[in-house]
Parts: sequence; C-alpha cells; structure tokens
Amino acid sequence: MSFPILSLCTFVPLLGAAAILLMPSANNARWIALATTVLVFALSLVVWANFNNANSGFQMVEKLNWLGGGISYHMGVDGISMLFVVLTAGLMPFCIVASWESVQTRVAEYMIAFLVLETMMIGVFCALDLVLFYVLFEGGLIPMFLIIGIWGGKRRVYASFKFFLYTFIGSVLMLLAIMSMYWYAGTTDIDTLINGVHFPAAMQTWLWLAFFASFAVKMPMWPVHTWLPDAHVEAPTAGSVILAGIMLKMGGYGFLRFSLPMFPSATEMFAPLVFALSVIAIIYTSLVALAQEDMKKLIAYSSVAHMGFVTMGIFTLNHQGVEGGIFQMLSHGVVSGALFLCVGVVYDRMHTRDIAAYGGLVSRMPLYAAFFMVFTLANVGMPGTSGFIGEFLTMLGAFLHNSWIAIFSATGVILSAAYALYLYRRVIFGALVKPSLKTMKDLTPREIALLAPLVVITILLGIYPKPVFDVTTPAVAKLIADNKTALAMDHAKKVAEIQKRAGQ
Amino acid sequence: MYAAIVFLPLLGSAIAGLFGRVLGARPSELVTTGLLLLSAALSVMAFVTVALGGGATQIIPILPWIQSGDFSVDWTVRVDTITAVMLVVVTGVSSLVHLYSIGYMNEDPSRPRFFSYLSLFTFAMLMLVTSNNFLQLFFGWEGVGLASYLLIGFWYTRPAANAAAMKAFIVNRVGDFGFALGIFGIWAVFHTLDFDTVFKAAPALVGKQFIFAGHSVDILTTLCLLLFVGAMGKSAQLGLHTWLPDAMEGPTPVSALIHAATMVTAGVFLVCRCSPLFQLSPTALTFVTVIGATTAFFAASVGLFQNDIKRVIAYSTCSQLGYMFAAAGVMAYNAAMFHLFTHAFFKALLFLGAGSVIHAMHHEQDMRKMGGLWKAIPFTYTMMLIGNLALTGVGLPLLGIGFAGFYSKDAIINSTFAAHTSIGTYAFTLLLVSAGMTSFYSWRQFLLTFHGRYRGADGVHHADEHSDEPLAEDDDHHSEDHVQHHLPQLSEVHESPLIMLVPLAILALGAVFAGMAFNHYFIGEGAHEFWRASLVVAHGEEGALPLWVEFGPLAVTIIGFLVAYYFYILNPAIAAAMQARQGLLYLFLYNKWYFDEAYDFLFVRPALKLGRFLWKRGDGTVIDGLGPDGIAARVLHATRGAVRLQTGYVYHYALAMLLGVVALATWFMVSGGVK
Repeated sequence: MSFPILSLCTFVPLLGAAAILLMPSANNARWIALATTVLVFALSLVVWANFNNANSGFQMVEKLNWLGGGISYHMGVDGISMLFVVLTAGLMPFCIVASWESVQTRVAEYMIAFLVLETMMIGVFCALDLVLFYVLFEGGLIPMFLIIGIWGGKRRVYASFKFFLYTFIGSVLMLLAIMSMYWYAGTTDIDTLINGVHFPAAMQTWLWLAFFASFAVKMPMWPVHTWLPDAHVEAPTAGSVILAGIMLKMGGYGFLRFSLPMFPSATEMFAPLVFALSVIAIIYTSLVALAQEDMKKLIAYSSVAHMGFVTMGIFTLNHQGVEGGIFQMLSHGVVSGALFLCVGVVYDRMHTRDIAAYGGLVSRMPLYAAFFMVFTLANVGMPGTSGFIGEFLTMLGAFLHNSWIAIFSATGVILSAAYALYLYRRVIFGALVKPSLKTMKDLTPREIALLAPLVVITILLGIYPKPVFDVTTPAVAKLIADNKTALAMDHAKKVAEIQKRAGQ
Repeated sequence: MYAAIVFLPLLGSAIAGLFGRVLGARPSELVTTGLLLLSAALSVMAFVTVALGGGATQIIPILPWIQSGDFSVDWTVRVDTITAVMLVVVTGVSSLVHLYSIGYMNEDPSRPRFFSYLSLFTFAMLMLVTSNNFLQLFFGWEGVGLASYLLIGFWYTRPAANAAAMKAFIVNRVGDFGFALGIFGIWAVFHTLDFDTVFKAAPALVGKQFIFAGHSVDILTTLCLLLFVGAMGKSAQLGLHTWLPDAMEGPTPVSALIHAATMVTAGVFLVCRCSPLFQLSPTALTFVTVIGATTAFFAASVGLFQNDIKRVIAYSTCSQLGYMFAAAGVMAYNAAMFHLFTHAFFKALLFLGAGSVIHAMHHEQDMRKMGGLWKAIPFTYTMMLIGNLALTGVGLPLLGIGFAGFYSKDAIINSTFAAHTSIGTYAFTLLLVSAGMTSFYSWRQFLLTFHGRYRGADGVHHADEHSDEPLAEDDDHHSEDHVQHHLPQLSEVHESPLIMLVPLAILALGAVFAGMAFNHYFIGEGAHEFWRASLVVAHGEEGALPLWVEFGPLAVTIIGFLVAYYFYILNPAIAAAMQARQGLLYLFLYNKWYFDEAYDFLFVRPALKLGRFLWKRGDGTVIDGLGPDGIAARVLHATRGAVRLQTGYVYHYALAMLLGVVALATWFMVSGGVK
C-alpha cells in the first residue's frame, strides 16, 4: 500500500478539531481551523497532482480490514470523485475566513463542527465501502444540523427539524437497501459491487428506489426540495456555502457512484421519471425564485433549478450529459458558494436578507457590484464562465436523448436570466436612497481575498475547462461503457427468459 | 495579426476596467481608443489582403475549449471575406465611437467603466464574427448581449435604464433559446460544430427527417428556423423587437455602435454565414423573408409618429434590419451584407449626429422641443442631411449614382421583385411602401429638429403638453438626464467639440461613397470573386428590371419627403390637429402596435404570479403541508387520539394533482422519446 494520502486528507481536519479542543480560545480556534483547512487543501492538490488521468479505475487505494465479513476500510478516488475532494478542501478555507468576524459566539465549537464536517465530506467522496460511505454520508448531517441549529437565524429550529426529517426518511431507506445488498452479494465493497456483482433486475428496482429516496432529498430534487430554502435562510453564511457547494453534490455523486453502475436496468427504467422531475425542478423553482423577497431563498431556489440540470444530465447516460452534470456540480459548487458569500457580505453590514431593504449599492460598493455581477452571470450560464459549460453539455446530452427534455430545460435558461438579473437590479442598481445604506462600506481586504480567487476560478474554468475534463473523461467513458454492457446483459437475460417460457 | 485584431480591444477593456480608477479617466480613454484604432488599422489590412486581394481563408487556432467525449470545440480566429467585411465595420465604427465618446461623455464621472464596456463589447463582437464554429459564435453572441446589457444600464440610477437593460437581456435570451436548440441539433446531426464541415455535409441531408419534439420534421428546415429564432432576437425582428427601442436608454454613442451598426446586425451575419444551410431549405428562406419584410413595414409604421429623436432612428434600424433579412430570404445574401455594410455608416452617422443634437440641446431628446436648429449647429445639420439622404437611398437609378443606401436598398428591393415568387412579391410590396414611410419619418425628424420655429424656449412644461399627449410623462423619462434639465435658448445651442465632429465627418464620407466604391465587389460583377466560398452568391446577373421597378423606390422616397414637408413645414397646424385628435390608427402606431402591453399581460405578469402561486401554494400548502409540516401535524393529531381520516381533504386533492403532473410529464418524456 502506498502513502495513505486520502486518509490524511480525511482525518487531518479531525486532528485540527482535537487541537482546538486543547486550545479553545476564539482566536486560537480560528487560526487552527484556517491552518488545518489550508493544509488539507494543499494535500488535496497533491492528490490531484498524483492522479493518473489515463487510469479510469480507482487510484491511491487504501484497504484495511475493518468490521470483517467483507466490510473493510477501503478508500480511493477515480475521475468522478477526485475533483469533489479538491472542491471540498478548496471551499473550506473560504468558509473559515467568511466566519472570521461574523461568528462571535462559541467560536471553538463552531470551528470544530466545520472541521468534523470536512472529515465527513471528504470521506464520503473517498469511501469505497458502502458501510463506510453510509456512516460518513449520514454523519455529515450531524455537524450541519448543529451549525444550522446553533448558529442559525430566527427560525433555525424549524429549519433544522425540516432538514432532519427529510434526510432521515431517505437515510433509513438507503440503509435497508445497503443491508439487502450485503445479504445478496456478501460484500459491501463498492469496487467489487460495481465491477463484479450483477443484481437481478427486479431487485435493482427496489434498490434503485431506496437509494433514490436518499439522493433525491440531498440533491434536492423536486418535490422534496422545500427543506433547502429554509435551511439556507437560517444557516450562517459559511453553512450555506457548504450546503450549496458540497452537500448538494453528494446526491449527484451518489447517483454516479451507485445508481448508474450498480442498478443499470433500473436506471434505464426510471430515467423518464428523473427527467420529468428535473424539468419540473428547472421550470418550477425558477418561477418560484422569480417571486422571492429574500436573497438567500432566491439563490437557494436557483440551486434547486441548477441541480435539475445535473440530474437531467446524469440520467441521459451519454458522455456529454454525464460529464456536463459533473462539471455543473463542480461549477455550481464554486458559483453558488460565491453567491452565498456575496449575500453574507451585505448581511454582515445590514443584518437583513430582504431584497427590498437594498437598492443602489453600486454607488457605495462598486467593487462588490463587480464581483456580484460575475457570479450572477456565471449563475445564468453566460459563456466564458464555468456556469455555461455544465449547462450546455447537460442540455446537449438531453437533446441527444430526447429533444423534449432539452426544449423544456432550455426555458430554464430564460427564466434564470430573469430571476438573477431581477435580483441584481433590485439590490445593486437604482438610486441609493435608503438612509440605512448611505454609510455602506465597500469590500474589505479580507472579503476581496475571499471573492477574488473564486472569480478567477469561475472565469478560468469557463474559458479553459480542459484540466477538469482531462480528469473526468476516462472515468465517465468507463461508466457509460459499463452501463451499456450491463444493460445488454440484462436484456439478454430477459430475452432468454421469455424464450424459455415460450419453449415450455 | 488576425488574433491581435480580436484581442487588442480585450486588452484595452481589461486595462480600463481593472486599473481605470488608478489610471484616471483620460489615460483609460486614450488606451482603449488607441488599441481600437490599431485594431481597426489591422482590420483594414485584413480586408485588403483577404477580401479584396483574394487571399486564402485564415484559420488560426488559439486554445482548446470544450472537449467532452467526441464533442470538441476550440477557440479559433477565422478570417474570410464575410468576416473581413464585418471586421472593418466593427472596428471602424467602434473606434470612431470611442473617439466620439471622449467628447460626448466628457462630464461623466465613470468614464473608465464606459470605455471598458465599449471595448469589451467590441471584443465580443469580434469573437462573434471571427468564429470558426457555432459555439464560439454563441460565446460572442452572448458576450455582445452582456455588453449591451451593461451599456444600456450604464446610468444605473435611472429605473428606466435598468428596466430596459434587463428587458434587452431577457428578450435576447428568448432568441438564444432557439439558437441553443439549433446548436444542439446541429451537433446531433453533424457531430461537429465547425462551419466548413457542417456546410460540406449539409447537401446530403436535403429532404431527410429527424425526430424533433416528438415529431418527424425536415432536418435542415428545423435547424435553420431554430438558428433564425436566435437571429430574430439579436436583430430585433418582429415579435422579439421590443427591447430595441427601450435600449435607447443607453448613452447615444452606445446606440450608434451596438444598436445600429454592429450588434443588431449579428443576426443578419448569422444567416449569411449559414447561407450554405439556409440555401437548402426553401421553407426556412420563406419564413426569413416574411419576417424580414413584415418587420421592415411594422417598424417603419411605428417610426412615423415617434417624438423622441433617438427612437425614430431605433425604429428605423429595426426596419432596415428587416430589409436585410428580406434580402437574405430571397437568397440575395450579398445584397443583405451590402446593406449591412452601408447601413453601418449612415446609421452610425445618424445616431452620432442625433447625439450631437442632444448634446447641444443639453440632453433633450424630444423633437417637439427642437426646431430651427440648423442655424445654431450647421455642421451637425449637414451631417444629418447626408445621413438622411443615404438612409432614404437617394440616387439616380439609370445612371447608378447615389448615396450609400441607394445601392444597397435598391438592390434589396429589386432582388425581392426579381425572385418572382408570391413571397417575393409580398416582400417587394411591403418594402416599397416601407421605403416611402422611411422617407417620411426621416424627413419628419429632420424637419422637426432643424427647421421651422425653435420650440425649446417655450419652457420645459408646455401648457398643452399633457392635453395633446397622454403619454407625455412616459416620454419624459426617456430623456438622457435624470435631473430636471433646463432647455437652452436657441442662441445658447452650440456645436459639439471637434473630437465629436471628426467621427461624424468620417462616417459621412462612408455614407456618401461606400455604395459607389464597393458596389462592384458586393453585388456587382466582382461579387463571386469577392465573396468566394464565404457566402452563397446565388444570382450574378438579375437581368433587366421593368422601369417602374427601377424608379419605384425613388418615387416613394420623393412622395414621403413631400408629405413630410407639407405636414411639418407648410402646414404644421394640420399635423398638430391630427395628433391632437388621437385617431385610432395614430394611437395604434404611436403605442407600437401594443406589443409591450400584450407581452406584459401574457408573459411578465403571469410568470410573476405563477412564481408566487407555486411558492406559496405549491411549496407551502402542498409539499410542506403533505411533507414535514403535515407529518408533524399528523403526529400531533395521533397523540391527541383524534385521528380523523377526513382531515386530509385538501392534501389528498393536492397529492392527486401533484402525482398527476409528474405522471403527465413522465408520459411526455417517454412518448417523445420513441425514435
């Protein structure tokens, strides 16, 4: 076994959390958290640097016997998961810096919660064992639940309750599915399950639905999305960044890691349902976003719409759709994170998210207006920003699959321009007449340091996305090829069965 | 060299945008303008080498862009004749507008931002015209849309400007909806987005069908129509035109550059660039002609009675774009491109001239408050005169001598006649009538502005203003100044500074000579040699046209002028009385055929209402009611020991509805997917 770099990425945050426990003053906590997250980010870049793009399988694999009986501590990344590790590690320092001044109560506990969360999230993307995955996947809920419930806004209890209720139902079903998979296959090893086990078609259906329940809530897909706006609204800024930037992606990742390769026939069968839900999500939530009066809610609804493009792309099962879905998730991780940071900037100054409370900010905050503009454009999928590429490829994939889906989803592109620019107009443009805004200060150096790198990434990925595609292409190609083979197998089986019955 | 043409403006934009505040306004202006002049000089060289000199098509790779599976698109710079023509138009007008703006925007505090946007626009437009594939074209397409949005809303404190900017962006997105689907379709059919490959493969697909939106339809017709929807948005054709007049909220140099000479012609460029595709679909061509001719007529009719000097020109632009499409639709792509070329000169001239008038009038745009200005601003007067002569296409038919518009517009009208189809006749009739209306509104505008009695001194608040114009308040916020402005006395009206007048003079040269000089290459005997493979040149020689067709345009132009002269100089009382009577036709035209009202009623309000409904009822009552809140409520009920089955009435109905929607949509997907 080589150097356990993935375990290091995963568990260094826990070490940081332990260090904070030892030195729990507010200032220590901040600096330790920042140092830890930056270190983890550096480690994740090492992962990327050592990643072999030509290899479509799992890399940097670590495997230790854990619970016995086919359940092991198994870590590894492939072209689908690796960049999510980098994204998670990359967003974390931003969260810590964003909370630097806005969080003043129980700072040590707050930082610990974030570091534990980081461990869970990186672990989710590295885990190659179902049990390990499940533990981390659900474990991530606890710190997030606490972050919303303790450092959240006025209705934080309602929001965290709702968040819990939704995800809880999904998790229970997923757990049942995992158990039955274990009984059938005798292992929970993901690599084996993908490449060596073939579930019977009838069983696939139920397993698919159980996993779907969990991932659809996480994504979130319409109509199980209503926890998200509330959770976002109540969560502190950094919580929103993680929620939108990483946690939503776990659902999409789950589809790619489990549903597609393990249950190919069920995936094919349920694809129309996913398309329908995706398209409804895109149109419905875009319309709802248009009517929002709360900045965070608006962005939350727009996230649901954007995740609709992701699910749509993934289930087209063609290269452009799937890869577009992955790219869209990565891009949305950066862009929505940045948008929530932008809301945080004005929230810290005015302590309101009411759109009506703002207007004409550009006069006092030209720099802020410029940053906000870039992220707004990325959000509406302007070519030249990262937002365009994912949207374009998913719609292209959808068009190849069935032009209706592309037509419906393309209306979302019109609507996204409407709600995003409408928000921008009400907050940034116009005459600055409200007395409370007359003393607004433009971005501080700390805030510039927060937003500037995200602008660079957004534009760079929009113009030159090749580094991302280099990583994802082989894995996506393998995923689709495997899927096709498995489907052919299932079809052959079905045909054989029918012939047998006919012969009797 | 070719790459430099495209990227120099980007460099200028970045310098002014990022360091404008450090550098100061003047250096920002000089850097952007200097780089653009350089880019323009290189463009002229490119034009001479590639277009006139018969050089080979240049394709310069820059960077790979998107590579996903077998999908692959690169950043490239492609220069052939049609690109070279656009390069000259774009960089030429843009550099003149940059120069002009140094004078025009002199008092504006955020000039670095303005110049940065202008250069950014130019960059995006150049990316559009030098693209070698559909996707980079789309990048430029969206990029110019963004720059247009930013520049229309440049004076961001004014609600009208913000609304107009948003409207422009969103209406264009409706067009882009079609364009994007067209691109998807092209890739699905051809598995490439490169122009040459697509055009080469297209003839084999004539008459073939594919499944689109659940129906079996003709491939090429569908693709062309989808692309054309994009073109309609960008070029403000009927139905998607509503943003263009509102775009006049932007500073006047912006109107000249973006909303007259360059961006709005992108749709025409797209159709001409794709002429090898359109050529293969008679149905699509028919549609293009009908839309073009109808728009030409519609916009000219609305232009008849507008009172805002810029809006008249805006509708005129809309109308002239219709001419170009009508030409493209009868396969006279070269005539369309020629009109695009000449129109850029005289329309930019008219806009900048109008800007000079507005500047002199202390930012007043209402022509009813002008009049008799020719004595005060004789140079601007002369320039506007030239612009109008070029726009109305004055020239001598048999001798073939005239202003720029004479060559290109008559070529279009003649080509619709020469098409000898029923659609051609439809277009010919509408275009001829529109030519008369063009003449009327042009000279009406000219006479109201420069001749007659000066009406500005009457004061801002006409006693009779509200009685004779129900929409007077509506017009007030269209003027360029947000503070209540004071109209100058006639003696205070002064000519603009030299830096604004020089660009006018250069454009005027173009308006006079562009037609004469390039007639031979664009639409004459040299056309095949000039365009080569970059454009389909359908018919070289049109044969002799009947004399009445040759003289028709000139005749209606003269009639239009005479009518305008009668109503606004000889007998202004009659015109005033007619306006005061508010006849139905007058109101219909003045209110732009009520398009805005209809759209507001049909789309804008319902979308907002639906959004609210889905949020409060859909998310609130149904989903949350059934889901978390409902469960919580059920649990409470249960603990009280009062489980009543009928409590769920509303929820049950709602659930049924919800499931119904999902089932329906799913069915759509399944049934649509049957190949």
